Amino acid sequence: MDKFDVIIVGAGLAGLGAAYTLAGNGFEVLVLERGDYPGAKNMTGGRLYLNPVRNLFPDLFENAPLERFITNEGISIMAKDRSVTLNYSGNELRDEPHQSYSILRSKFDRWLSERVEEKGVAILSKIRVDDVIKDNGKIVGVLAGADELRADVVLACDGVLSLVSEKAGLRSPEGPGSFALGIKEVISLESGVINERFNLDGDEGAARLFVGEVTRGKFGGGFLYTNKDSVSLGIVVGIEDAAEDRLPIEVPALVDAFKERLEIAPLIRGGITAEYSAHIIPEGGFRTMRNLYGNGILVAGDAAGLALNIGFTVRGMEFALASGHFAAQTIMKAKQTRNFDVPTLSMYRRLLEDSFVLKDLRNFQETPAVIGNPRFFSHYPELIGAIMKDVYSVPAGPKERLYPTIRKHLTLSELWALFIDMKGVMKI
Amino acid sequence: MSERLDLKAKLGLDVFKPALEPHIKIKQGMEKDPRLKPAIRACPAGLYSENDKGEVVITTDGCLECGTCRLVCGTEILDWNYPPGGTGVQYRFG
Repeated sequence: MDKFDVIIVGAGLAGLGAAYTLAGNGFEVLVLERGDYPGAKNMTGGRLYLNPVRNLFPDLFENAPLERFITNEGISIMAKDRSVTLNYSGNELRDEPHQSYSILRSKFDRWLSERVEEKGVAILSKIRVDDVIKDNGKIVGVLAGADELRADVVLACDGVLSLVSEKAGLRSPEGPGSFALGIKEVISLESGVINERFNLDGDEGAARLFVGEVTRGKFGGGFLYTNKDSVSLGIVVGIEDAAEDRLPIEVPALVDAFKERLEIAPLIRGGITAEYSAHIIPEGGFRTMRNLYGNGILVAGDAAGLALNIGFTVRGMEFALASGHFAAQTIMKAKQTRNFDVPTLSMYRRLLEDSFVLKDLRNFQETPAVIGNPRFFSHYPELIGAIMKDVYSVPAGPKERLYPTIRKHLTLSELWALFIDMKGVMKI
Repeated sequence: MSERLDLKAKLGLDVFKPALEPHIKIKQGMEKDPRLKPAIRACPAGLYSENDKGEVVITTDGCLECGTCRLVCGTEILDWNYPPGGTGVQYRFG
């Protein structure tokens, strides 16, 4: 039976990022992927921020199948009958290197897997890992069907549920608490139509987030990203809200209601839905980060809970790429001493702490609690909408002065509640 | 708006490779466990339903393998696994 230096479970961004880093250094690396091809089981809302990972993968992304670089950012506060939108665009978003791109994972991951294979790494698709092999408390390989595959170290990049981490004893089956569910439709539209509707030029792209009524006032929101010739449109909801009857309609119906909103319908008119997908998102940030390593095993990407939602930016994929890279660095170092025990692999944590990965997660560790405040999703959207309605209204009779118009909504108790909520926001 | 599709039609757009056996099963005798109910509302593919005997039933054809039901119902009542390699949903866009 062959023994590998490294077995990587999962050909997503963490696994492929690790494999790419390890390649060309004389390591026997095997990547196992349960899908028909890398990317077959993966999905994103849509957007990858490249700035944090460019230096870790020099020149790699130049020919990547990126969809559009995002130049138009928008956030809409949605009340039941109206919405208020803030748009941001700027020359800095048009300058190279571009900060973020919309992507489609099946295309992107497949492309990245080809770059990894070019560097001599074996990727086996259609293989589901069923268990880990333990020897004296150390992980020494994996079981896939009847096959026993052994390695010095196993890298679990098997996604948000990470059954490999569970089998390895690094985590237990979890409840819905710190997870959200994302549901998406990819809707085909001609690129020229997209450019006209979103006020874009060439490969420029738009990213829109929607909070409030889209999730019936609960945590989460809607999203829309423009791809080359499609838009990715969907919703994210807290799984606890979805499960505990706090949403008045079934979760899939939220997507249809979102598509029918007047703010959305004209943007996707004539579009043909090409795919429907769903995925779980880790939302707990630093405080729900999972065990990063054990004896003979490392965990990277969603599997380790490395994702960060701070409302305006929703990130995960660059954490996956970077954590895969740092796991690979750790493995290369550990290989020199031929030791893959816990003290040696703890270097992984230090590398992550020194990088944007844990610096960002740590800095924003209060965010999940703050943006979990239900008032942001129900009370404020209605309040802001009501203020705008009165500010803009011109009645048949005389119009009230602006200040009293606004103060009518912002009563003392309202201002006090706002003050308290803003104190929370200051922690972000 | 783009065309209106029901959930079945949306799932019909996806590529699925059939597996021999369902990869998620409700454990025997647990079909009426109240912890199954949330999956009826939360499953993004609408694969859970209640029959006239008050039992919750699941069809795994059309499963998007997201794991929502594993989180909301728990592994005490669900035998939950990913489908075997090379089967189940195969995203073309993702």
